[in-house]
Amino acid sequence: MTDNKLINLVNITKSFGDNIVLDDLNLYIRENEFVTLLGPSGCGKTTTLRIIGGFENPDKGQVIFEGKDITKTAPNERQVNTVFQKYALFNHLTVAENIAFGLKIKKKSKEYIKDKIKYALKLVNLDGFENRMPDSLSGGQQQRIAIARAIVNEPKVLLLDEPLGALDLKLRQDMQYELIRLKNELGITFVYVTHDQEEALTMSDTIVVMNQGYIQQIGTPEDIYNEPQNAFVADFIGESNIIPSIMVEDRLVNILGANFACVDAGFGHNKPVDVVIRPEDIDLVKPEEGIIKGMVTSLLFKGVHYEMEVQAHGYDWLVHSTDLVPVGSEVGIRVDPFNIQIMNKPESEDEEAVELEI
Amino acid sequence: MKIRNALNVKTPKPPSQKNEGSSLGIRNVKWLSFPYILWMVGFIIIPLIVILYYGLTTDDKSFTLDNIGAILHPINLKALRIALEQSLISTLICLLLAYPLAMILSKSKMKSNSFIVMIIILPMWMNFLLRTIAWQNLLERTGIINIVLKFFGLPILNIINTPKAIILGMVYNFLPFMVLPIYNVLIKIDKDIINAARDLGANSVQTFLKIILPLSLPGVVSGITMVFVPSLTTFVISNILGGSKIVLIGNVIEQQFRIGNWHIGSGLSLVLMIFILISMAVLSKYDKESEGSGLW
Amino acid sequence: MVKRFFERFYVGLILLFLYAPIIILIILSFNGSKSRAKWGGFTLKWYKALFQNQSIMNALYATLIIAILSAFIATIIGTAAAIAINSMKKTPRTIMVAITNIPMLNADIVTGISLMLLFVALKYTLGFSSVLISHITFNIPYVILSVMPKLKQLNPHTYEAALDLGASPVYAFFKVILPDIFPGVLTGFFLAFTLSLDDFVITHFTKGPEIHTLSTKIYTEVRKGIKPEIYALSTLMFVTVLLLLIIINRKNAEKKEPDKKV
Repeated sequence: MTDNKLINLVNITKSFGDNIVLDDLNLYIRENEFVTLLGPSGCGKTTTLRIIGGFENPDKGQVIFEGKDITKTAPNERQVNTVFQKYALFNHLTVAENIAFGLKIKKKSKEYIKDKIKYALKLVNLDGFENRMPDSLSGGQQQRIAIARAIVNEPKVLLLDEPLGALDLKLRQDMQYELIRLKNELGITFVYVTHDQEEALTMSDTIVVMNQGYIQQIGTPEDIYNEPQNAFVADFIGESNIIPSIMVEDRLVNILGANFACVDAGFGHNKPVDVVIRPEDIDLVKPEEGIIKGMVTSLLFKGVHYEMEVQAHGYDWLVHSTDLVPVGSEVGIRVDPFNIQIMNKPESEDEEAVELEI
Repeated sequence: MKIRNALNVKTPKPPSQKNEGSSLGIRNVKWLSFPYILWMVGFIIIPLIVILYYGLTTDDKSFTLDNIGAILHPINLKALRIALEQSLISTLICLLLAYPLAMILSKSKMKSNSFIVMIIILPMWMNFLLRTIAWQNLLERTGIINIVLKFFGLPILNIINTPKAIILGMVYNFLPFMVLPIYNVLIKIDKDIINAARDLGANSVQTFLKIILPLSLPGVVSGITMVFVPSLTTFVISNILGGSKIVLIGNVIEQQFRIGNWHIGSGLSLVLMIFILISMAVLSKYDKESEGSGLW
Repeated sequence: MVKRFFERFYVGLILLFLYAPIIILIILSFNGSKSRAKWGGFTLKWYKALFQNQSIMNALYATLIIAILSAFIATIIGTAAAIAINSMKKTPRTIMVAITNIPMLNADIVTGISLMLLFVALKYTLGFSSVLISHITFNIPYVILSVMPKLKQLNPHTYEAALDLGASPVYAFFKVILPDIFPGVLTGFFLAFTLSLDDFVITHFTKGPEIHTLSTKIYTEVRKGIKPEIYALSTLMFVTVLLLLIIINRKNAEKKEPDKKV
């Protein structure tokens, strides 16, 4: 990964009718990066992708590609290729003709095209499928053809719009590995749109969490998961306990009346904050050993762990643990200081709305 | 080799919601088709056999090919030739007029496409004979079109009672049958298919030639048959706008029946059916899955 | 912008082409002169005369009754057939669809002649009933074509769900399936009605000397000159349909409005 800004979106605003989809969005994508735009439906992630691809024109703002303004450039003149949500394969053409489409337009030689088709089909593990028709293929196979069709053009950036959305779980997981491998083999930039947080966490170098037309947080998967910047991100990525609390002083937070040690500082004295604690970071101990006491109210077996709810100090704590604690048991709750994530309370009404929405 | 295994997994096709052979969960409903089957045998199949019988026999019920051979009579042959010429020309004109129209309509941001369909078929609610007769008024030497042409100092149009007037009548009457199937195919093309072509570097002309045109072919073929067959077999339009000077094969057949020559009339109808069968065969080749639902 | 202008201009031109004869006919219905070539001042007399013209009114009744009856019967037979065809396996289904296509793709003149020959061969007197049978014949396929797509969209499990909840098959059909496919049934009915109303060729061959529909009546007058009452009548019919369609469209628009906001 280099620090070159390959794509730079500057002050992008886009609305459809009265509906503002993107509001003054700024985002840059570095060369050779796997960037995922993650968010619930309607958050503007697909629109952002389509603006990069050239299928939508922003109302305001610029799209800069390698330092040049391409805001008004037609899609066919951009060095970007797209893998569409429902694949958008040309059903009247064979697999080979689909893959050759862009190359024929560029008037490449027959041998070159033939080699490229072979290479691309090998890359997506579909050797020998040249003469099949797209509608005779399974969803996963169509998906691969759509990717092959895009990458033979050697784009600088590959845009992928929820490409795995239509596949079943097993196939989706396999394709995730496949995409990472492809990305590494091709050495190009991937911009990936999804609403599936697991997909995003698995594949990305950088995740851009979006909601209601705003970017909520940009960071590595670890950053996003471990240090969500606001309640929306915390809630959207994985499961978590988000508890209104008071920051007593640096490195000490009062959660539901009990003081917990934490590692954050600089929030001020006695400031209201939100605390995020992941369910797997809560340790259930003997009642007398816990910082606060509670009672297990529900228990579900989830395969790798048990999911429990513990009622303590008027809050239902969601806890994941490999140890079984029967319903009705008295337990103590402990959290390691570095597992307590402190977030500022939302300041504007807008951000408040974001939270309520979830 | 997870992936290899995954390739063998049959995944459901993504968006297409086709319930192939879905029975609505109703079993034993085949009897519901019995009235229809009876009706179709009685009033479609048997009549065609009757016409075949008449076409291949004489008055004294003996077998003959003369009725079909009657097509070789110079007058009949000429009528067939003119009908073929005129219907091919009008089909072509309809196609040239309809395709751009369908393109424009399919792109329009009009909310309901039922409105567009309505506008195209609304004229059919006025009796087609009357509408054709109205063209006499429009085309007459002192008709409205010529008044307008004169006003702009243009040469006047003198096509009433000529083959051109018949072609105009055919185009007028059958244009909606060309527009609607093409329009219906065009609006069904996924926008992302077109975006994909653009994304892969095709300009708008290339996108049209390589993607839109081939994908709209079923609609075009269906439109061609729906215009060609009625144009080829009409006797009314030629009667009204051709001033009985121009005789098409339809006129010949109608005349044969009027004067009681049923055997020759049937024989010529059989010849006509050969042409219809050819266009049906062409249609079914392109119209594999839509089951003829191209028009509505 | 220039492109948009040309597009609009083109659509306008085609619409003018399609609607010019209709405008002419409407103008003629108000023409004081009996001749089509002359403008004899504005008059409403043809509208009055229309209702006193027994032969036109008879033709109108015959046309309407045949259209309603044939559309109604075709809708019942066609809907039933569509349900059955939809549940068939591939081969019988293909055969049924092919047969359904015959009257639609075949030339009207051949359909008309073949039916006439059948009636004559059976020594069945040509008249009202032979026209009705013929119209039902060419209407059924259009009903099937309208209902079929709706059946395909239907969730196959709703019917099973109804049965599961204790409904009898007949009750389940009327309460679950029919409401879902009803728009298609309705389209089929109106399509059939329209086609029957507008048909000339098939009626021409199967009607016999006793009755006239509007189409055949107009055809007999092409040479002698059309009675202006006919223009008045078709103007009335056209305007009625136009108003009906506008009302239906409004209703649909109203119905759709709340949906959109969800």
